[in-house]
Amino acid sequence: MTPQFVMDGLIAGAMIGLGAIGVTLTYSILRFANFAHGELLSWGAYLAMAISGTIGMVSTTLLKPIAPFSFGWSLPIATVLAILLTGLLALAVDALLFGRLRRRGSAVIILVMASFGASLALRSLLEFIFTSKPAYFTKALQIAIKLGGGLRATPDQLLSLGMTLIAVIAVHLLMTRTSIGRSMRAVSENPALAGIAGVDVRKMIRVVWFLGAALACIAGIMTGLLVQIRPYLGHDLLLPLFAAAILGGIGSVPGAMLAGLIVGLSEALAVQLVGAEWRAAVSFVILVIVLLVRPRGLFGRAA
Amino acid sequence: MSLDLLAYGAFFLTMALTYAIMCLGLNIQWGQTGLFNVGIAAFVAIGAYVSAVLTTPETPDRLGGFDLPIAVGWLGAVLVAGLAAWLVGALTIRLRSDYLAIATFGVAVSVQLCVLNIQPLTGGAFGIGFIPRPFGGLAASPLAFSLANLALTAVVVLGLYLALEHLAKSPWGRVLRAIREDEIAAQALGKRPIRFRLQAFAIGGAIMGLAGAVQGHFIGFIAPDNYLPILTFQVWAMLIVGGSGNNRGAILGAILVWGLWALTAAAVSAFVPPEQQARASSFQIVAIGVGLCLILLLRPRGIIGEGRSPIAGRIKPKSEE
Repeated sequence: MTPQFVMDGLIAGAMIGLGAIGVTLTYSILRFANFAHGELLSWGAYLAMAISGTIGMVSTTLLKPIAPFSFGWSLPIATVLAILLTGLLALAVDALLFGRLRRRGSAVIILVMASFGASLALRSLLEFIFTSKPAYFTKALQIAIKLGGGLRATPDQLLSLGMTLIAVIAVHLLMTRTSIGRSMRAVSENPALAGIAGVDVRKMIRVVWFLGAALACIAGIMTGLLVQIRPYLGHDLLLPLFAAAILGGIGSVPGAMLAGLIVGLSEALAVQLVGAEWRAAVSFVILVIVLLVRPRGLFGRAA
Repeated sequence: MSLDLLAYGAFFLTMALTYAIMCLGLNIQWGQTGLFNVGIAAFVAIGAYVSAVLTTPETPDRLGGFDLPIAVGWLGAVLVAGLAAWLVGALTIRLRSDYLAIATFGVAVSVQLCVLNIQPLTGGAFGIGFIPRPFGGLAASPLAFSLANLALTAVVVLGLYLALEHLAKSPWGRVLRAIREDEIAAQALGKRPIRFRLQAFAIGGAIMGLAGAVQGHFIGFIAPDNYLPILTFQVWAMLIVGGSGNNRGAILGAILVWGLWALTAAAVSAFVPPEQQARASSFQIVAIGVGLCLILLLRPRGIIGEGRSPIAGRIKPKSEE
């Protein structure tokens, strides 16, 4: 067994962790498990690809790879725009679907079911527009750099890990040090009480949708950059995302990130020990263990 | 020609009725008890594979093939799928309501992996063939064969319908509805919600297993591709369209949605050029997803909906927590 699996696990775990932060935030504030969250990852990746392609048609110099990475300036620009658009998509779905159900006072499980329908529609819409053929941001090949200790990583992978770290620290600071973060935590504790104390609950719901979608978009673009872009990209990550959100404890940002890394590393270890075909079952095993042993997760509050 | 059409009609209805069985299973979980199951395909697959392994003739490259009668296969399917549902329920029902949904989603992924990868038991991606078909002796005459199978499946559906109606009217069914409507009041009357929910979930899972077995024997061949998440979506659409909580609605919804699905699929393959067919079928799924959301928004009780229940003054949407 080579130590390389640690690097593979960290990279997969970083993407799972970013997505799981979105799941855990929407779960703690909107109070339902959003089965459509995976589709935000896929939409983020496809939007970035479409925008980056359009930019490339306008100016080919922006397509030229920025050494040592495999992509040109078109991708960072597209990422910023795709984050905005994915956020708008989440807000639109909320306005059309979840918001109406919430106002009607629907039970949690109706919201879960609606998210299930939305996930189906959003995913197949991607398949309809872009077909199910895998797509790539660039066709450039990258040579992995030796990092010592038997580890190798491509510059793209190292950049993704760095970006993840920055994003997680930024979200953590936002949640703990700013007034928006304080309001969000108040809403997650008790929406009625937060409303009485002058917190604009509807605004906080919009903020959390946008934040969750932005992180999902980043995770989706990274997955697209490091693996490939497919309509099922987000759907296949959904179980790891849920497993990480529950393992970390619903509502905990550092918990979700740490749990994402645990899930990613466990998957990489399972690929080494059991075989790649069982990779997708790892999250389920983790989920079962957490629900049996500590349903509130690592950093969650008791329900 | 007309005989062919009749045979096809019988085939179509038999398929629709196997979906109706799944729908009845889901109805007892969701319609009567409010438990959200995203892993229908998993329980159907468990039933189909258990029954196939029990009843197929001995096969050298695969474990089993026990050559048992079809009825034993069905029974095995019911027991194993019911047990699987009971285990999943025992793990999650006492926790938050959506943890059950997440866990069943995990079960669906894992069962799909198992049937694909445990080749010595399930035949892997190639699936299991030569599953004995009921009335196999009539196979020489397609019409008689189809009609006999239709009759058998209809009897199964009718039997289940009567049993479930009886169950819903029984004290047990009344407790279930009481728990769904007002858990605290039911608890105050000394009923233990967790135990009743778990029983309902296991019975529903067992019925889905039966549906898998009936379908597998009718077609005579099963493969992992039959049990993708899309199956779960279809069954949900059927129950929601028909009206959750109502057994007749569940059966009607299954026939309607399956008819619509088969019809649009036929239209797609007839009128859409081959290179666009994958696109058209993904659009078909978009329509199901949007339809599901629209029904939730506009007509949450489905076409028939639950009849006025013995407990008066019901269905005020209640806000949870």
